[in-house]
Amino acid sequence: MREEIIMAGFGGQGIMLMGKLLAFAGMKEGYEVSWLPSYGPEMRGGTANCTVIISTEKIASPLSYRPDTLIAMNYPSLHKFLSRVKKNGSIYYNSSLIQNKVDAEDKNLNEIPVNELAADIGNDKVGNMVILGSYLAKRRFISLDAVKESLKEIISEKWQDLIELNKRALEKGAEYINKIRP
Amino acid sequence: MEKRLMKGNEAIAEAAIRAGCRYFFGYPITPQNEIPEYMALHLPQYGGVFLQAESEVSAINMVYGAAGAGARVMTSSSSPGISLKMEGISYIAAAELPCVIVNMMRGGPGLGGIQPSQADYFQAVKGGGHGDYHMTVLAPASVQEAFDLTMEAFEIADYYRNPVMILGDGVIGQMMEGVVLREPVKLEELKEKEWATDGAVNREPNIINSLFLDAVKLEEHNLKLKAKYDLMREREARAELYKMDDAEYAVVAYGTSARISRSAVDEARKKGIRVGLIRPVSLFPFPEKIIRSTIAKTRTYLVVEMSLGQMIEDLKLALNGKRPVCFYGRTGGILPLVDEILESIELMRRGEGIEADCCLS
Repeated sequence: MREEIIMAGFGGQGIMLMGKLLAFAGMKEGYEVSWLPSYGPEMRGGTANCTVIISTEKIASPLSYRPDTLIAMNYPSLHKFLSRVKKNGSIYYNSSLIQNKVDAEDKNLNEIPVNELAADIGNDKVGNMVILGSYLAKRRFISLDAVKESLKEIISEKWQDLIELNKRALEKGAEYINKIRP
Repeated sequence: MEKRLMKGNEAIAEAAIRAGCRYFFGYPITPQNEIPEYMALHLPQYGGVFLQAESEVSAINMVYGAAGAGARVMTSSSSPGISLKMEGISYIAAAELPCVIVNMMRGGPGLGGIQPSQADYFQAVKGGGHGDYHMTVLAPASVQEAFDLTMEAFEIADYYRNPVMILGDGVIGQMMEGVVLREPVKLEELKEKEWATDGAVNREPNIINSLFLDAVKLEEHNLKLKAKYDLMREREARAELYKMDDAEYAVVAYGTSARISRSAVDEARKKGIRVGLIRPVSLFPFPEKIIRSTIAKTRTYLVVEMSLGQMIEDLKLALNGKRPVCFYGRTGGILPLVDEILESIELMRRGEGIEADCCLS
């Protein structure tokens, strides 16, 4: 098993945290993991992306040129990485912010209205957890519970009171995708 | 054993603390800032000192002072900052003081960029500062190895009384992977440094110095240093061999480019090409003997670097003209792709390396 994921969005959407959480949960589940951020003179509002690789084998290159999965939280991110996703790979994208028609016949498209779902549970900042929940519910190689359990290790001490909210957001994303694709 | 998910930079800082490093002097620069951040947060908890100096020049001279007083001490920076430290590093090597210096390389020359690079190889292994000296240079290719080599770097530094450099790049520093942490060393069990200038009570004063105005004395000192470097060549050279048992062709790469090359080797093997990877872990001393041990089976070597070709010179010296050497490099902060390296491996096999980026020589 080897899964290469690129997560991308704008700074402030919690892209890096979402990647760290997945990598951490993968490590706890006994996989080899790597997390590689794009780093640069970046700031809130700019672009942010990270590459997560989860594998049963030792990870050679921590880079992913042809990812299995793309999680795109805004249009520029989708545009930037779409063509690199493997044939028959999966794309999860934030349809609240991406209204353009997405053209990718040879790929699995999953539209997630991230901002609306996050707003439903009362906090539009947890969109990252919503889309991660959808991804996990469909890909099913790391359990939602393992990821929920990992939150306390990844969220800084200062924000531990937000763990429950993040758990609800993960569940919300999972419920959404389970409903449209049982 | 419990695994922690850490950035390479964090793992290096934690390793230093566990190796008994209680003094850190530095100046911020991307992509190594997590090292000073981690040290600033954690060193005070161990009664240590974190100090952000006013410049890299000051920081390395504070390292000189702390090392002279017998402390385990570290500084870290990235390419342009390391250039600023070079005078101090030469003095530290001359004065035979142990310390650890981390360089998370970024693109150069000049202020360059902030993306990962391996263009400081020459600077690290050939001296960098003035005079006949060498640092021991270790090049981790994973976060676990960054941790392990940093802990070991302090032992090597103390043993040889020589500066040790951990040579990484932006990828090694910024990447997170699982790390199994080793137990901290017991400070009280560290060997006493009888040469340290830590207050001459009931003994003759020690002197730490790099000035030898008498040429005869300086030559003696140079020969003493050389004997030390020769001993390192004998004992400290190391490399990892991957799929080299039956390899007709070998890729030679270190650090991040070795990680990417390993994927390319796996891909090439799927195509039936008998290729392996030689990954130097110590860059000084360069693992010449290990490389020469592969000549019997290996016909051609391909060096892959994130530079325009620096380690290739050491490989050629090691092979001494007995085998042709090809090269593929990306630079300026661009990482080589698996497919590009694979293409170079195929060119090498066809003996068509003269064109494009792969040149037979």
